Amino acid sequence: MSQEETNNVQVIPEDKEKTKKIWKVAAILAIVTIIEFIFAFTLPRGIILVSIFLGLTIVKAFYIVAEFMHLKHEQKALIWSIMIPTILILWLVVALMVEGTAIFNIRN
Amino acid sequence: MATTATIDTTTKSRWGGGVAPMNASYGKLMMWFFLLSDAFSFSALLITYGLIRYAHPAYQGTVSEFTFSTEYWPIPEMVFEAVPFLHGVHAPLIFVGIMTFILILSSVTMVLAVEAGHRMDRKGVIKWMLWTIIGGLTFLACQAWEWSHFIHGTAEGTVNAMGETIFGANLTENQYGPPLFASLFFFITGFHGFHVFSGVVINFIIFFNAVVGTYEKRGHYEMVEKTGLYWHFVDLVWVFVFTLFYLI
Repeated sequence: MSQEETNNVQVIPEDKEKTKKIWKVAAILAIVTIIEFIFAFTLPRGIILVSIFLGLTIVKAFYIVAEFMHLKHEQKALIWSIMIPTILILWLVVALMVEGTAIFNIRN
Repeated sequence: MATTATIDTTTKSRWGGGVAPMNASYGKLMMWFFLLSDAFSFSALLITYGLIRYAHPAYQGTVSEFTFSTEYWPIPEMVFEAVPFLHGVHAPLIFVGIMTFILILSSVTMVLAVEAGHRMDRKGVIKWMLWTIIGGLTFLACQAWEWSHFIHGTAEGTVNAMGETIFGANLTENQYGPPLFASLFFFITGFHGFHVFSGVVINFIIFFNAVVGTYEKRGHYEMVEKTGLYWHFVDLVWVFVFTLFYLI
């Protein structure tokens, strides 16, 4: 790598606070995954465990989208443009779960 | 953040033209909307998994007495319990846990690459992009092993309703449970794996451009930010695949 070319570019020194925050979010994601892992083997299977897993997944999704993808620090208009259409996904979840149960009842 | 593209927002009308109303460049905005559409594709696949799972009978007994049968939906921790080099050891979900950590870590190195790009730190971008690529390749290698194990099956196999013994899984038969379980495994992890693969290719292009100094000449590292968005999305999808396919 030739150093001569890069002489005119000013490298801004690293902001330790920022990097610290990145690693903090990483630690949160790792800890939540470990908690999910422990629950998978200690709690009885059922609707409560499924709800806990879904809740923890949404926590992880929030940290990835808000911090890693930086959405939390964007303009309000951009945040809502991305978040509002995901309501359609919630609708699909409800619709297809009802449908799945209906198929099960017809088959059995 | 003096080096990120700044846009004059002092004009009276935000939506009147001449300014970027969402304070993001065209490319970044389009990446967000592409990811939104990709989120719909993945949701469709994962919700279909839910539909098909609920349309099949669930296993009623205890976890310790679980045996594979094509009659009911399997418990994932009994299917995904193998780890490379530890043949015959029952280690439920350990390997997929390791894969999850690898992908989360590669997401962290990607944020660090974006952060280095904001500071015009070419060496930092090169270093962290390289770690991200290594993380992605490791994940792909793990997934290749898991697929191979899933396709070949266990030594004992499973006897199906017709009295034949089935080993492993493909798109028509499956020793672990109903054939649709294997089909969904191939479709969902395959679709995600292909995203990881294209992500690694794109990351490599960005890494190469950073090495040859393209972004330094351009004066900003916004391309790192855009691929960063894509790479985090791939990690985000894996978080959902991990919960919905492996935990529940």
